[in-house]
Amino acid sequence: MKEKSKPAPLANEGLPPEERGLFCDAAPREYAPAQGILEDFYNWARSQSLWVLGFGTGCGAIELRPLMTSRFDMYRFGIQPRPTPRQSSVFVIGGYASVKTLKRIVRSYEQMMGPKFVVALGSCTINGGMYWDSYNTIKRIDQYIPVDVYIAGCMPRPEALLAGFLELKKIIREGKAEGQNEYARNFDWYKANQKNVIKDWNMPDYNW
Amino acid sequence: MNDMESALAERYGAWNWHDQRPDLASVFLESSKTHDALAWLRDSEGYRHLSFATAIDNIERNVFTLTYTLRNHEKRHSLIVHCDIDRGKPLMDSIHLLWGQAWTYQREMKEWFGIDFPGSPRVDEEFVLEGWAGPPMMRRDFDSLAYSDATYAERPGRVTHDPAAHMKAELYPEVAE
Repeated sequence: MKEKSKPAPLANEGLPPEERGLFCDAAPREYAPAQGILEDFYNWARSQSLWVLGFGTGCGAIELRPLMTSRFDMYRFGIQPRPTPRQSSVFVIGGYASVKTLKRIVRSYEQMMGPKFVVALGSCTINGGMYWDSYNTIKRIDQYIPVDVYIAGCMPRPEALLAGFLELKKIIREGKAEGQNEYARNFDWYKANQKNVIKDWNMPDYNW
Repeated sequence: MNDMESALAERYGAWNWHDQRPDLASVFLESSKTHDALAWLRDSEGYRHLSFATAIDNIERNVFTLTYTLRNHEKRHSLIVHCDIDRGKPLMDSIHLLWGQAWTYQREMKEWFGIDFPGSPRVDEEFVLEGWAGPPMMRRDFDSLAYSDATYAERPGRVTHDPAAHMKAELYPEVAE
Protein backbone atom coordinates (compact mmCIF):
# COMPACT_ATOMS: atom_id res chain seq x y z
CA MET A 1 0.00 0.00 0.00
CA LYS A 2 1.33 3.38 -0.97
CA GLU A 3 2.15 5.65 1.95
CA LYS A 4 0.40 8.99 2.02
CA SER A 5 2.89 11.68 1.06
CA LYS A 6 3.79 14.17 3.76
CA PRO A 7 4.40 17.86 3.10
CA ALA A 8 8.06 18.87 3.02
CA PRO A 9 9.31 20.19 6.38
CA LEU A 10 9.67 23.94 6.75
CA ALA A 11 13.15 25.21 6.01
CA ASN A 12 13.46 27.58 8.99
CA GLU A 13 16.04 29.46 7.01
CA GLY A 14 15.86 32.47 9.30
CA LEU A 15 17.57 30.49 12.04
CA PRO A 16 21.23 29.60 12.40
CA PRO A 17 21.82 25.90 11.60
CA GLU A 18 22.50 24.92 15.22
CA GLU A 19 19.11 26.30 16.32
CA ARG A 20 16.97 24.71 13.61
CA GLY A 21 16.51 21.51 15.57
CA LEU A 22 15.07 23.44 18.50
CA PHE A 23 11.96 24.57 16.65
CA CYS A 24 9.04 22.93 14.92
CA ASP A 25 9.49 22.44 11.19
CA ALA A 26 5.96 21.27 10.42
CA ALA A 27 3.29 23.59 9.03
CA PRO A 28 0.04 23.99 11.02
CA ARG A 29 -2.81 21.57 10.31
CA GLU A 30 -6.51 22.16 10.01
CA TYR A 31 -8.69 21.30 12.98
CA ALA A 32 -10.81 18.19 12.54
CA PRO A 33 -14.18 18.80 14.22
CA ALA A 34 -15.74 16.22 16.53
CA GLN A 35 -18.91 14.35 15.61
CA GLY A 36 -22.24 16.20 15.61
CA ILE A 37 -23.54 17.30 18.95
CA LEU A 38 -20.16 16.88 20.65
CA GLU A 39 -18.67 19.61 18.46
CA ASP A 40 -21.67 21.82 19.27
CA PHE A 41 -20.92 21.31 22.94
CA TYR A 42 -17.24 22.14 22.39
CA ASN A 43 -18.17 25.32 20.52
CA TRP A 44 -20.55 26.37 23.28
CA ALA A 45 -17.77 25.85 25.84
CA ARG A 46 -15.23 27.74 23.72
CA SER A 47 -17.57 30.68 23.26
CA GLN A 48 -18.19 30.93 27.01
CA SER A 49 -14.53 31.10 27.91
CA LEU A 50 -12.60 33.62 25.82
CA TRP A 51 -9.12 34.21 27.14
CA VAL A 52 -7.63 37.33 25.65
CA LEU A 53 -3.92 37.73 25.09
CA GLY A 54 -3.03 40.85 27.06
CA PHE A 55 -0.76 42.34 24.42
CA GLY A 56 -1.63 45.85 23.29
CA THR A 57 -0.23 46.13 19.78
CA GLY A 58 -1.39 49.67 19.12
CA CYS A 59 -3.13 52.71 20.56
CA GLY A 60 -6.58 51.05 20.36
CA ALA A 61 -5.56 48.68 23.14
CA ILE A 62 -6.26 51.53 25.57
CA GLU A 63 -9.94 50.70 25.12
CA LEU A 64 -9.38 47.20 26.51
CA ARG A 65 -8.61 48.59 29.97
CA PRO A 66 -12.09 49.98 30.66
CA LEU A 67 -13.48 46.57 29.74
CA MET A 68 -11.79 45.13 32.78
CA THR A 69 -13.35 47.67 35.13
CA SER A 70 -16.67 47.30 36.89
CA ARG A 71 -18.40 49.70 34.52
CA PHE A 72 -18.12 47.41 31.50
CA ASP A 73 -17.02 44.22 33.25
CA MET A 74 -16.03 41.84 30.50
CA TYR A 75 -15.71 39.00 33.01
CA ARG A 76 -19.48 38.58 33.04
CA PHE A 77 -19.17 37.40 29.41
CA GLY A 78 -16.50 34.86 30.29
CA ILE A 79 -13.73 37.06 28.87
CA GLN A 80 -10.52 37.53 30.77
CA PRO A 81 -6.94 38.50 29.93
CA ARG A 82 -4.04 36.06 30.08
CA PRO A 83 -0.35 36.95 30.27
CA THR A 84 0.94 34.49 27.67
CA PRO A 85 -0.03 33.34 24.17
CA ARG A 86 0.12 29.71 25.32
CA GLN A 87 -2.94 30.23 27.53
CA SER A 88 -4.93 32.53 25.26
CA SER A 89 -7.62 31.84 22.72
CA VAL A 90 -8.36 35.37 21.47
CA PHE A 91 -5.81 37.77 20.05
CA VAL A 92 -7.02 41.36 20.03
CA ILE A 93 -5.07 43.40 17.49
CA GLY A 94 -5.17 46.83 19.11
CA GLY A 95 -5.08 49.10 16.09
CA TYR A 96 -2.20 50.01 13.78
CA ALA A 97 0.66 47.56 13.45
CA SER A 98 4.14 48.61 12.45
CA VAL A 99 6.32 46.06 10.71
CA LYS A 100 8.29 45.67 13.93
CA THR A 101 5.10 44.88 15.85
CA LEU A 102 3.82 42.63 13.08
CA LYS A 103 6.78 40.38 13.69
CA ARG A 104 5.69 39.98 17.33
CA ILE A 105 2.07 39.57 16.28
CA VAL A 106 2.90 36.69 13.94
CA ARG A 107 5.08 35.08 16.57
CA SER A 108 2.44 35.40 19.30
CA TYR A 109 -0.41 34.27 17.05
CA GLU A 110 1.41 31.13 16.01
CA GLN A 111 2.32 30.34 19.61
CA MET A 112 -1.33 30.40 20.68
CA MET A 113 -2.95 27.02 21.06
CA GLY A 114 -5.95 26.19 18.93
CA PRO A 115 -8.78 26.85 18.70
CA LYS A 116 -7.78 30.50 18.44
CA PHE A 117 -9.53 33.60 17.21
CA VAL A 118 -8.49 37.10 16.17
CA VAL A 119 -10.41 40.30 16.83
CA ALA A 120 -9.06 43.29 14.91
CA LEU A 121 -10.12 46.59 16.42
CA GLY A 122 -9.79 50.01 14.90
CA SER A 123 -9.82 51.38 11.37
CA CYS A 124 -6.07 50.86 11.02
CA THR A 125 -6.47 47.11 10.95
CA ILE A 126 -9.06 47.35 8.20
CA ASN A 127 -7.52 49.74 5.69
CA GLY A 128 -4.63 51.52 7.37
CA GLY A 129 -6.79 54.26 8.92
CA MET A 130 -4.81 57.41 9.49
CA TYR A 131 -1.58 55.52 8.77
CA TRP A 132 -2.51 54.95 5.13
CA ASP A 133 0.67 56.64 3.87
CA SER A 134 3.08 55.56 6.59
CA TYR A 135 6.38 54.02 5.53
CA ASN A 136 6.42 51.45 8.31
CA THR A 137 2.80 50.58 9.08
CA ILE A 138 0.91 47.80 7.34
CA LYS A 139 -2.49 48.73 5.94
CA ARG A 140 -4.52 45.59 6.50
CA ILE A 141 -3.81 42.94 9.06
CA ASP A 142 -5.74 40.18 7.29
CA GLN A 143 -2.93 39.82 4.77
CA TYR A 144 -0.68 38.50 7.52
CA ILE A 145 -2.91 36.70 10.01
CA PRO A 146 -6.56 35.67 9.61
CA VAL A 147 -9.20 37.87 11.27
CA ASP A 148 -12.50 36.56 12.63
CA VAL A 149 -14.14 39.83 13.71
CA TYR A 150 -13.44 43.45 12.83
CA ILE A 151 -14.50 46.31 15.08
CA ALA A 152 -14.42 49.57 13.13
CA GLY A 153 -13.73 52.95 14.70
CA CYS A 154 -10.88 55.21 15.61
CA MET A 155 -10.87 54.05 18.22
CA PRO A 156 -13.92 51.90 19.01
CA ARG A 157 -15.56 52.50 22.39
CA PRO A 158 -15.68 49.71 24.98
CA GLU A 159 -19.35 49.17 24.11
CA ALA A 160 -18.32 48.46 20.52
CA LEU A 161 -15.70 46.04 21.77
CA LEU A 162 -18.29 44.20 23.81
CA ALA A 163 -20.53 44.03 20.74
CA GLY A 164 -17.57 42.62 18.82
CA PHE A 165 -16.91 40.00 21.46
CA LEU A 166 -20.58 39.01 21.43
CA GLU A 167 -20.41 38.66 17.65
CA LEU A 168 -17.31 36.50 18.06
CA LYS A 169 -19.14 34.32 20.56
CA LYS A 170 -21.99 33.97 18.11
CA ILE A 171 -19.81 32.80 15.23
CA ILE A 172 -17.82 30.46 17.47
CA ARG A 173 -21.04 28.87 18.64
CA GLU A 174 -22.19 28.45 15.06
CA GLY A 175 -18.87 26.85 14.21
CA LYS A 176 -18.05 29.59 11.71
CA ALA A 177 -14.89 31.00 13.30
CA GLU A 178 -12.65 29.53 10.65
CA GLY A 179 -9.61 31.84 10.96
CA GLN A 180 -7.31 29.20 12.33
CA ASN A 181 -8.20 26.72 9.58
CA GLU A 182 -7.88 29.43 6.98
CA TYR A 183 -4.37 30.09 8.24
CA ALA A 184 -3.48 26.40 7.97
CA ARG A 185 -5.05 26.10 4.50
CA ASN A 186 -3.34 29.20 3.11
CA PHE A 187 -0.19 28.92 5.17
CA ASP A 188 2.18 29.50 2.23
CA TRP A 189 0.28 32.60 1.13
CA TYR A 190 0.32 34.11 4.64
CA LYS A 191 3.98 33.24 5.07
CA ALA A 192 4.90 34.83 1.74
CA ASN A 193 3.03 38.03 2.70
CA GLN A 194 4.73 38.13 6.10
CA LYS A 195 8.18 37.65 4.65
CA ASN A 196 7.45 40.25 2.02
CA VAL A 197 7.33 43.02 4.64
CA ILE A 198 9.45 41.56 7.47
CA LYS A 199 12.84 41.85 5.83
CA ASP A 200 14.96 40.57 8.71
CA TRP A 201 13.22 37.23 9.17
CA ASN A 202 15.19 35.72 12.06
CA MET A 203 12.62 33.35 13.55
CA PRO A 204 11.24 29.91 12.71
CA ASP A 205 8.84 29.60 9.77
CA TYR A 206 6.18 28.39 12.19
CA ASN A 207 6.63 29.63 15.75
CA TRP A 208 4.81 26.86 17.49
CA MET B 1 25.75 92.32 21.38
CA ASN B 2 26.13 90.41 24.63
CA ASP B 3 29.32 88.88 26.04
CA MET B 4 28.54 85.35 24.99
CA GLU B 5 27.61 86.39 21.49
CA SER B 6 30.80 88.37 20.99
CA ALA B 7 32.97 85.65 22.56
CA LEU B 8 31.47 82.99 20.26
CA ALA B 9 31.87 85.27 17.24
CA GLU B 10 35.47 86.10 18.12
CA ARG B 11 36.61 82.57 18.98
CA TYR B 12 34.62 80.45 16.55
CA GLY B 13 33.22 82.84 13.97
CA ALA B 14 29.64 82.36 15.11
CA TRP B 15 26.92 84.41 13.44
CA ASN B 16 23.21 85.07 13.48
CA TRP B 17 22.71 85.16 17.27
CA HIS B 18 19.00 85.31 17.95
CA ASP B 19 17.34 85.78 21.34
CA GLN B 20 14.09 83.88 21.02
CA ARG B 21 13.14 84.36 24.68
CA PRO B 22 15.00 85.74 27.71
CA ASP B 23 15.99 82.17 28.55
CA LEU B 24 16.56 80.85 25.02
CA ALA B 25 18.93 81.88 22.23
CA SER B 26 20.20 80.30 19.02
CA VAL B 27 23.39 80.76 17.03
CA PHE B 28 25.01 79.44 13.84
CA LEU B 29 28.50 77.96 13.56
CA GLU B 30 30.72 76.39 10.93
CA SER B 31 30.47 72.60 11.21
CA SER B 32 34.26 72.25 11.49
CA LYS B 33 34.27 74.50 14.56
CA THR B 34 31.15 73.16 16.23
CA HIS B 35 32.82 70.40 18.25
CA ASP B 36 35.36 72.82 19.73
CA ALA B 37 32.72 75.44 20.40
CA LEU B 38 30.51 72.92 22.19
CA ALA B 39 33.47 71.83 24.33
CA TRP B 40 34.17 75.46 25.23
CA LEU B 41 30.53 76.12 26.04
CA ARG B 42 30.43 73.06 28.26
CA ASP B 43 33.74 73.60 30.11
CA SER B 44 34.00 77.37 30.35
CA GLU B 45 30.51 78.77 30.03
CA GLY B 46 28.49 76.37 32.16
CA TYR B 47 26.34 74.81 29.41
CA ARG B 48 26.91 71.40 30.93
CA HIS B 49 23.69 69.74 29.85
CA LEU B 50 23.07 68.52 26.31
CA SER B 51 19.31 68.33 26.33
CA PHE B 52 18.70 67.56 22.67
CA ALA B 53 20.42 66.97 19.38
CA THR B 54 18.72 66.46 16.05
CA ALA B 55 18.94 67.26 12.37
CA ILE B 56 16.78 69.20 9.93
CA ASP B 57 16.75 68.39 6.23
CA ASN B 58 17.06 71.74 4.47
CA ILE B 59 16.80 70.27 1.01
CA GLU B 60 16.34 73.69 -0.60
CA ARG B 61 19.86 74.68 0.43
CA ASN B 62 21.18 71.12 -0.04
CA VAL B 63 22.30 70.90 3.61
CA PHE B 64 21.41 69.10 6.81
CA THR B 65 21.22 71.54 9.72
CA LEU B 66 22.38 69.89 12.90
CA THR B 67 20.89 71.32 16.06
CA TYR B 68 22.36 70.97 19.52
CA THR B 69 20.40 72.30 22.48
CA LEU B 70 22.51 73.07 25.56
CA ARG B 71 21.36 74.16 28.98
CA ASN B 72 23.09 76.25 31.62
CA HIS B 73 21.23 75.38 34.81
CA GLU B 74 22.96 78.06 36.93
CA LYS B 75 21.98 80.86 34.57
CA ARG B 76 18.74 79.14 33.58
CA HIS B 77 19.54 79.71 29.96
CA SER B 78 19.36 77.44 26.93
CA LEU B 79 21.43 77.83 23.80
CA ILE B 80 20.67 76.18 20.47
CA VAL B 81 23.73 75.70 18.28
CA HIS B 82 23.06 75.19 14.58
CA CYS B 83 25.53 74.09 11.94
CA ASP B 84 25.09 73.09 8.31
CA ILE B 85 26.68 70.04 6.72
CA ASP B 86 26.71 69.11 3.06
CA ARG B 87 23.74 66.94 2.13
CA GLY B 88 25.80 65.08 -0.44
CA LYS B 89 28.45 64.17 2.12
CA PRO B 90 26.61 63.82 5.44
CA LEU B 91 29.47 63.50 7.90
CA MET B 92 29.91 65.16 11.28
CA ASP B 93 32.26 65.04 14.28
CA SER B 94 30.93 62.85 17.06
CA ILE B 95 30.38 64.57 20.41
CA HIS B 96 29.96 61.40 22.47
CA LEU B 97 33.16 62.19 24.38
CA LEU B 98 31.70 65.53 25.46
CA TRP B 99 28.31 64.14 26.49
CA GLY B 100 27.98 60.39 26.96
CA GLN B 101 24.32 60.32 25.96
CA ALA B 102 25.04 61.92 22.58
CA TRP B 103 25.64 58.56 20.95
CA THR B 104 21.92 57.80 21.18
CA TYR B 105 21.01 60.97 19.26
CA GLN B 106 23.76 60.26 16.76
CA ARG B 107 22.57 56.72 16.18
CA GLU B 108 19.09 58.13 15.60
CA MET B 109 20.39 60.64 13.07
CA LYS B 110 22.36 57.91 11.29
CA GLU B 111 19.27 55.76 10.88
CA TRP B 112 16.76 58.49 10.09
CA PHE B 113 18.84 60.89 8.00
CA GLY B 114 21.88 58.84 7.00
CA ILE B 115 24.28 61.25 8.73
CA ASP B 116 27.44 59.45 9.81
CA PHE B 117 29.34 60.14 13.02
CA PRO B 118 32.56 58.12 12.75
CA GLY B 119 33.69 56.70 16.09
CA SER B 120 30.34 57.08 17.80
CA PRO B 121 29.46 53.87 19.69
CA ARG B 122 27.03 51.51 17.91
CA VAL B 123 26.27 54.16 15.32
CA ASP B 124 25.80 51.56 12.57
CA GLU B 125 23.32 49.45 14.53
CA GLU B 126 19.57 49.62 14.04
CA PHE B 127 17.91 52.16 16.28
CA VAL B 128 14.11 52.10 15.93
CA LEU B 129 13.49 50.22 12.71
CA GLU B 130 14.14 46.55 12.17
CA GLY B 131 15.32 45.21 8.86
CA TRP B 132 14.75 48.53 7.10
CA ALA B 133 15.85 48.24 3.49
CA GLY B 134 14.73 51.60 2.12
CA PRO B 135 16.54 54.96 2.12
CA PRO B 136 16.70 57.02 5.37
CA MET B 137 13.05 57.82 5.86
CA MET B 138 13.26 61.28 7.44
CA ARG B 139 14.96 62.74 4.39
CA ARG B 140 12.51 64.99 2.65
CA ASP B 141 13.08 63.40 -0.74
CA PHE B 142 11.83 60.08 0.64
CA ASP B 143 8.28 59.59 -0.65
CA SER B 144 6.44 57.87 2.20
CA LEU B 145 3.20 57.39 0.25
CA ALA B 146 4.92 55.86 -2.78
CA TYR B 147 6.91 53.54 -0.53
CA SER B 148 3.78 52.54 1.37
CA ASP B 149 1.83 51.90 -1.84
CA ALA B 150 4.62 49.77 -3.25
CA THR B 151 5.23 47.79 -0.06
CA TYR B 152 1.95 47.24 1.80
CA ALA B 153 -1.21 45.65 0.48
CA GLU B 154 -4.22 47.96 0.35
CA ARG B 155 -7.90 47.18 0.76
CA PRO B 156 -9.80 48.39 -2.31
CA GLY B 157 -12.62 50.87 -1.88
CA ARG B 158 -10.97 53.43 0.32
CA VAL B 159 -12.10 56.95 -0.55
CA THR B 160 -10.93 60.31 0.74
CA HIS B 161 -13.29 63.24 1.23
CA ASP B 162 -12.48 66.90 1.54
CA PRO B 163 -13.52 67.43 5.19
CA ALA B 164 -15.18 70.82 4.63
CA ALA B 165 -17.22 69.74 1.59
CA HIS B 166 -18.12 66.40 3.17
CA MET B 167 -19.40 67.87 6.42
CA LYS B 168 -21.29 70.56 4.55
CA ALA B 169 -23.08 67.87 2.54
CA GLU B 170 -23.75 65.85 5.69
CA LEU B 171 -25.03 68.68 7.86
CA TYR B 172 -26.54 71.11 5.36
CA PRO B 173 -27.57 69.09 2.30
CA GLU B 174 -29.86 71.87 1.12
CA VAL B 175 -27.00 74.30 0.51
CA ALA B 176 -24.28 71.81 -0.43
CA GLU B 177 -25.16 71.76 -4.13
